[in-house]
Amino acid sequence: MRIGDAKQTYEADEAIWTTQTQKLWFGLFLLLLLVFPFMADSYLLYLGCLVGIAVISTTGLNILTGFTGLISLGQAGFMGVGAYTVAWLSVNTALPFPVTLLLAGLMAAAVGILVGLPSLRVKGLYLAIATLAASVFLHFIFAEWESVTGGMGGMSLEPAHLFGWSFQSDFMMYFIIVPLAVLMVLAAANVFRTRIGRAFIAIRDRDISAEILGIDLLRYKLMSFALSSFYAGVAGGLFAYFFRVVTPESFPLSMSIFYLAAVIVGGMGNLLGGILGAVFMTLVPEALKLLTSALTPFYPNAPVFMSPMLEIIFGALIVGFLIFEPHGLAEIWHRIRRFFHLWPFRN
Amino acid sequence: MDWMFFGEISLAGLAMGGLYSLIALGFVIIYKATRVINFAIGEIMMFAAYLFLAFAGGMEMSAWIALPLAVAGGSILGGVIEKTMIRPMLGESPISVVMVTIGIASILVGLVEFIWTADPQLLPSFLPREPVFIGELYLAPKIAYGFLIGAALLIVYLLYFRFSRGGVALRATASDQAAAYSMGINVRRVFSMAWVFGSLAASLAGVLVAATGGLSPQFGIIGLSVLVVVIVGGLDSILGALIAGVFIGWLETVAGAYFGGEYRMPATFLVLAVILVIRPYGLFGTHEIERV
Repeated sequence: MRIGDAKQTYEADEAIWTTQTQKLWFGLFLLLLLVFPFMADSYLLYLGCLVGIAVISTTGLNILTGFTGLISLGQAGFMGVGAYTVAWLSVNTALPFPVTLLLAGLMAAAVGILVGLPSLRVKGLYLAIATLAASVFLHFIFAEWESVTGGMGGMSLEPAHLFGWSFQSDFMMYFIIVPLAVLMVLAAANVFRTRIGRAFIAIRDRDISAEILGIDLLRYKLMSFALSSFYAGVAGGLFAYFFRVVTPESFPLSMSIFYLAAVIVGGMGNLLGGILGAVFMTLVPEALKLLTSALTPFYPNAPVFMSPMLEIIFGALIVGFLIFEPHGLAEIWHRIRRFFHLWPFRN
Repeated sequence: MDWMFFGEISLAGLAMGGLYSLIALGFVIIYKATRVINFAIGEIMMFAAYLFLAFAGGMEMSAWIALPLAVAGGSILGGVIEKTMIRPMLGESPISVVMVTIGIASILVGLVEFIWTADPQLLPSFLPREPVFIGELYLAPKIAYGFLIGAALLIVYLLYFRFSRGGVALRATASDQAAAYSMGINVRRVFSMAWVFGSLAASLAGVLVAATGGLSPQFGIIGLSVLVVVIVGGLDSILGALIAGVFIGWLETVAGAYFGGEYRMPATFLVLAVILVIRPYGLFGTHEIERV
């Protein structure tokens, strides 16, 4: 049972960690993340890396859609920009991975600003469709600008490297992806304690009121676009290093929808929700794969039904969460936590 | 430049655009009445086309019985979607409702793959096969007759909305929901009706398009072209849907014929981007004024 904590200063109210217990749990969680690669087999390591990439990208989209209220169907396109930047740099230069990832993020942010420009004039669904148009154009550029992107065949790249180390295995990649994911989520949490983050939230709640409060709409909307696509670009760069091959088909529209679904299933406008959503949505297909392989001895054609089942479950999750649990997994998480806070005294 | 070739391509494009107009009409009906952007319209079309395949191909019915049955199936599907999944979202933010339709689209794709596998299929041909000549220009018969059937339904719809009681109720609801409600119009029934009629138009177009181009679970991608049509024409404008449908169909076909298939989408989305920048509410849409 936790006893109420009265906050006496504004700083205390804004703090990310409000109690010692939270710090302790977070420390334990970090420890777990650190030990995980030494305990896990190669499949779990692969999953861990995938989840890390998804967490970064979902957090980025959450900044834009969940906190600023600008719906985007272009996340996969921005990831593609990051991935192609990393691929091009790895083939044509010898830059180490921190530099290439940073450049990937900045490149994606620049494209994000360009895509965000119509956001002052159009909003809501029209904006979603503008970002959809952007992702169509980006796909076209990836496929047709052959001298840079290698056309439909795509590009394969060298492993990430730093100080003569080469990050070839999933084990090594884990130590790039996961710390970066933790860092970027913490950075996002800090953004929302500053004027910029609060401006984003004000725009989401009512853009006209926000403008009257003195928030420069275009500037902050573009900032949100830039920040969000920076995250997408870094995630895309990690994606490129992880799979070491990038093609135009690596970043389809369904991927943008996947990230939007992760934000919704997790809980819009809640960083923890974005993380939970990313983990959940990445693991659902894997759980289904496990189930299928378990069923195959009894129903030999179970694998045939896996991909349609996945589509149905994916859609049903989106619809189900929106209708029955609009605040997403984060809300379920809070409910469980509340239960334990009050545990012996409330039944 | 070969004017003959250009003429034939344009003609095929315009006929295809006629079908786009029909789908866009279905989209606009749903939007006007319920303010829902239906991302699942392509998948509803696909579902109806697969029903047609099952009736005409699998059960070997005559195509002229299978067609109405498939279209009825698609309309019922629209009604069921509205009742079970869209109605509970009433009053939620438009973003959430759009995401629900995206979820529905994914469910429908999964269902279709589940029942009919993911392999591409060919619909049994049921339209006359004699080549059609307009002047000296050749037009593929499937496209020509598809256009005629589509245009017939379009005209029926336009007359229905103009003159019938149900059509007036729908237009009244579209222009002011509260007023319509207080004048005794059953707004809930109008919502259901809009989804049924919208899906009906989409279903018929779905069968006709699939009859010319084949059918696969990726068929729903046509919904993106329709999205371009309705944004260019204006989301709540029937006239806009008709004109933009023909224009976008023509543009897509011409771009595809002259530059190759990969230019079809970028060409139409370029028009979309230009329209979004200069006239966000579309060519004929209502300019919404926002008040705090």
